[in-house]
Amino acid sequence: MRSALQRVGLTALVLVVLYALWEGFKWFGEASAFRLGTFEVNDRTLPHVHDIIGQLFEPSRRNGPLLIEVLWDATLFTAKEAAVGFLMGAVFGFAIGVVLAHSRLLQRGFMPYIVASQTVPILAIAPMVVIWLGGRGLPDWFSVAVIAAYLTFFPVTINTLRGLHAVDRRALDLMRSYAGGAWPILWKLRVPASMPYLFSALKVSATASVVGAIIGELPASIQSGLGGAILNFNQYYATSPASLWATNLIAALLGITFFLAVVGAEKLVVRRAPENVA
Amino acid sequence: MRRVRDWAPAVLVFLLGIAAWEGGTRGLNVERFLLPPLSDILRTLWEEGDTLWGAGFFTFKEALGGFVIGCGLAILAALVLARWKRLGGALMPYMIAANAIPIIAFAPITNNWFGLLNPLSKMVIAAVLCFFPVLVNMLRGLTSVRPSSIELMRSYAAGEVEIFRRVRIPNSLPYLFSALKLATVLAMIGAIVGDYFGGSQEALGIQIRRSAGVFAFDEAWAAIMVASVLGIAFYAAVALAERLTMGWHPSARSAQAD
Amino acid sequence: MSEEHAVVSLRNVDKQFGEGGVVALDSIDLEVEPRDFVSLIGPSGCGKSTLLRIVGDLIQPTSGEVVVNGKPARQARLDHDYGIVFQDAVLYDWRTVGRNIELPLEMLGWDRKRRQERMREMVELVELSGFERNHPWQLSGGMQQRVSIARALSFSPPLLLMDEPFGALDEMTRERLNDELLRIWAGTGSTIVFVTHSIAEAVFLSTRVVVMSPRPGRIQGIVDVDLPQPRTQATREQTRYAELIREVRRLLRLGGLDVEDEGVEEQLIVAEERL
Repeated sequence: MRSALQRVGLTALVLVVLYALWEGFKWFGEASAFRLGTFEVNDRTLPHVHDIIGQLFEPSRRNGPLLIEVLWDATLFTAKEAAVGFLMGAVFGFAIGVVLAHSRLLQRGFMPYIVASQTVPILAIAPMVVIWLGGRGLPDWFSVAVIAAYLTFFPVTINTLRGLHAVDRRALDLMRSYAGGAWPILWKLRVPASMPYLFSALKVSATASVVGAIIGELPASIQSGLGGAILNFNQYYATSPASLWATNLIAALLGITFFLAVVGAEKLVVRRAPENVA
Repeated sequence: MRRVRDWAPAVLVFLLGIAAWEGGTRGLNVERFLLPPLSDILRTLWEEGDTLWGAGFFTFKEALGGFVIGCGLAILAALVLARWKRLGGALMPYMIAANAIPIIAFAPITNNWFGLLNPLSKMVIAAVLCFFPVLVNMLRGLTSVRPSSIELMRSYAAGEVEIFRRVRIPNSLPYLFSALKLATVLAMIGAIVGDYFGGSQEALGIQIRRSAGVFAFDEAWAAIMVASVLGIAFYAAVALAERLTMGWHPSARSAQAD
Repeated sequence: MSEEHAVVSLRNVDKQFGEGGVVALDSIDLEVEPRDFVSLIGPSGCGKSTLLRIVGDLIQPTSGEVVVNGKPARQARLDHDYGIVFQDAVLYDWRTVGRNIELPLEMLGWDRKRRQERMREMVELVELSGFERNHPWQLSGGMQQRVSIARALSFSPPLLLMDEPFGALDEMTRERLNDELLRIWAGTGSTIVFVTHSIAEAVFLSTRVVVMSPRPGRIQGIVDVDLPQPRTQATREQTRYAELIREVRRLLRLGGLDVEDEGVEEQLIVAEERL
C-alpha cells in the first residue's frame, strides 16, 4: 500500500512541477518578449492552465453542450476505433510472429517488407481504405480501426518473434525430452517465455492505435471522433485557443489511459524477476 | 554462399510480389483508384519525378531536422538522468507514460505557433516524437550495467566520469541505436502526417492529400513510394552507422534476425 | 615472523547493513601475511563476499580497522594496491582480449608501448598467446577467467582478491585453472585472498583456510594447510589432503551449515554500493 501512496504522491508532485514550468515559462516569455521565429508567448499561443481546464466546462458553441460533454462523446468514439484496431493488430501481429518464428525461410523472405510497410505513411492509404471498406458496407469507424491495426501489428510482430526465439535452449531440450511436439512447445514454453516481450510491444501499440485512430479519422472526414474535434477547434483557434488545447489534453489522457490499461494487464499476466540494474 | 541464402528469399518474395501486383491489378480489374498497377505508378513517378522527389526532400529535411533535435536533446537528457540515478529512476515511469501521448495531435498547435508554412512546426512534432523513445532507451542502456562491472572500475579508483566514459556509454550503444532506428520512422511519420493539418505546397504530405483529393491515385501512390524509399534510406543510413560503430556486438554479426 | 608488515590486517571488523539491519560480519580479526594464499570459505550468506569487498574498500565496515599494504583500505584502493577477479569475468565486449587486459594500465596512464609489452607478458603468463585480438564472446568461460586474471595482475599489485572466480566453470576446467593459479602465484609472489564454496579447492590452493559461520559471519576457525609446495595432482592423493578436508568440514558443521537466502547478501551489497 505504501508504494501505491508513494506513486500517487509522486504523480501529484510531477503535475505540480509541470504546472509550475508551464506558468513559469509563460510568465517569463511574456515578460521578456521571447521570440522563436514567429512564435511569441501570449494567451493565444500558450493559454493559462486554468483557462484550458476551465474551458472544458464552457459551452462548446453558443447555446451548445459543454465542451467536456462533446469531448467525452468524441473520446468514446475514438476509443472504440482504437480498441478494435488494437485487438485486430495485436492478434494479427502475434499470428504473423508465430508463423515467422517457425520458418526461417518465411522470415527472411518477408521481414524486409514488414519493416518497409511501416515507412508507408498510413495517412496516405487511409482514404483508400475508407472507400474500399465503405464500398463493402462496413461503417466508417471500422476503416479507422483497420488503420489503427496497421500501426499496431508491427511492434507486436517484431517482439513476438524476438520473444519466441528468446527461449532458453535447455528449457527447449527439456520439452523435447518429454516428446512434446511443436504445438505443446509453443503454448507451454515459448508463449509464456515471450510474454514480457509481447507486453513491451503492446505498450507501444496501445499508443500507436490511439494515434492511428485519431489521424485515421481525418481523411475519412469523420466528425464524431477526437480527430474531427481537433480539426474543428483548430479552425476556431484564433477565438478560442483553450478549446483546442483542452481537446489535446483529452486526447493525451486517452493515450495514457490505453497505455495504463496494458500496464495493468501486464501486472496480472506476467510475473517478472526484478531486473538487475546498476 | 551463406550470404545468398540470407537475401535470396527476400528477393524472391519481391519478384513474386511485383508479379502479383501487376497481374492482380490488371487481371482482376481492381478498382483503379485503390491500387493502380505498378507500371502506371512507376510511369507517373518517372514523369512527375521532379516535383515528387523535390517534395520528398523537402519533407525529409523536416524529418531530419526533427530527428537531430529530438535525439540530440534526448541523449543529453539521458546522460544527465543517468548521473542522478534517483531522479532518473523516479521519472522513468512518467517518461514512458508521456510517450503514450498522441503527439501528432499537437500539429495544429505548432502550426499556429510557427506558421503553417514554416518547416519548424513539423520539425518540432518530429523532434518530440523522437525524444521520449530515445531518452528511455538510452537511459536504460546507461543504467543496466552489471554491478561487478562498476565494482571493477571502483577497484581501479575510477571516478564517475571515467565510469561513464569507459563503461556506461559503450554499454548503452546497442540500446541507443535500436531507438535511433525507431526514431527515423517516427520522424518521417511526424513530418508527413504533420503536413496533413496543413503545410507548404512543397511538402510530400500535402502532395499526397491533394492527389488523393482529386482522385489522381497514380500520383498519390507515386508520392507514397517516394516517402517509403526515403524512409527506408533513412533507416538504412542509421543501421549502417550502427554496423560501423558497433561491429563488435554479437548481434550485428549473427545471421539470425534479431 | 618476518619484518614485513601484514598485507591485510583486519581488526574487530563488524558490518551491519543499514540501521538495525542484517549483521553480515561480527568481530572479524584476521591477518594475511605476504605471499599467503588465504581462502575464505563458508555457507552462503556468511559474509565472505562482503568481507572481500571490505578489504577492497568497495564497502565500508560499520566498525573496526582495515589496513591493506600498510595503509587504510581506501588509500590502498586509490593506490591500486590490489587486483580483483569476480565470478563473472566482467570483460568488456567492445574491447579485444588484449585491450581488456590493458584497461587498468590505460587508467594508470601507461604509454602504449609499455602497455602492449606488459599485455603480451600477461597473455603468455595465462597461456592465451594468440588470442589477443579476439573478442571475449569468442572465448570459453575458462579462457575468459584467465583473461580476467591477466588483467587483475597486469599492474603487478601485491594483493589479489578473488571472489569465487572458478565457481561458474566445470570441474575439469576448474582443476586446470587451480593448477595455473598456483603456478602464477608462485611466479609473481603475490598475496591472494580467495573466496570459495568448494572445500577441496580451498584446501588444495591455500596456505590457510579461514572457515566462516553463517550470519552473523564470524571466523569459526582457521586451518593451516601444511601440504608441501608445489601442489600437484599427486597432492590430491595424499592422506594429509583428505585429513585437512575433514577438518575444514568439521569446522563448517560446527558453525552450522544453514543455507541462507542466496542472493540476499548480493542484493545488500548492490544497494549499499549504490551500483
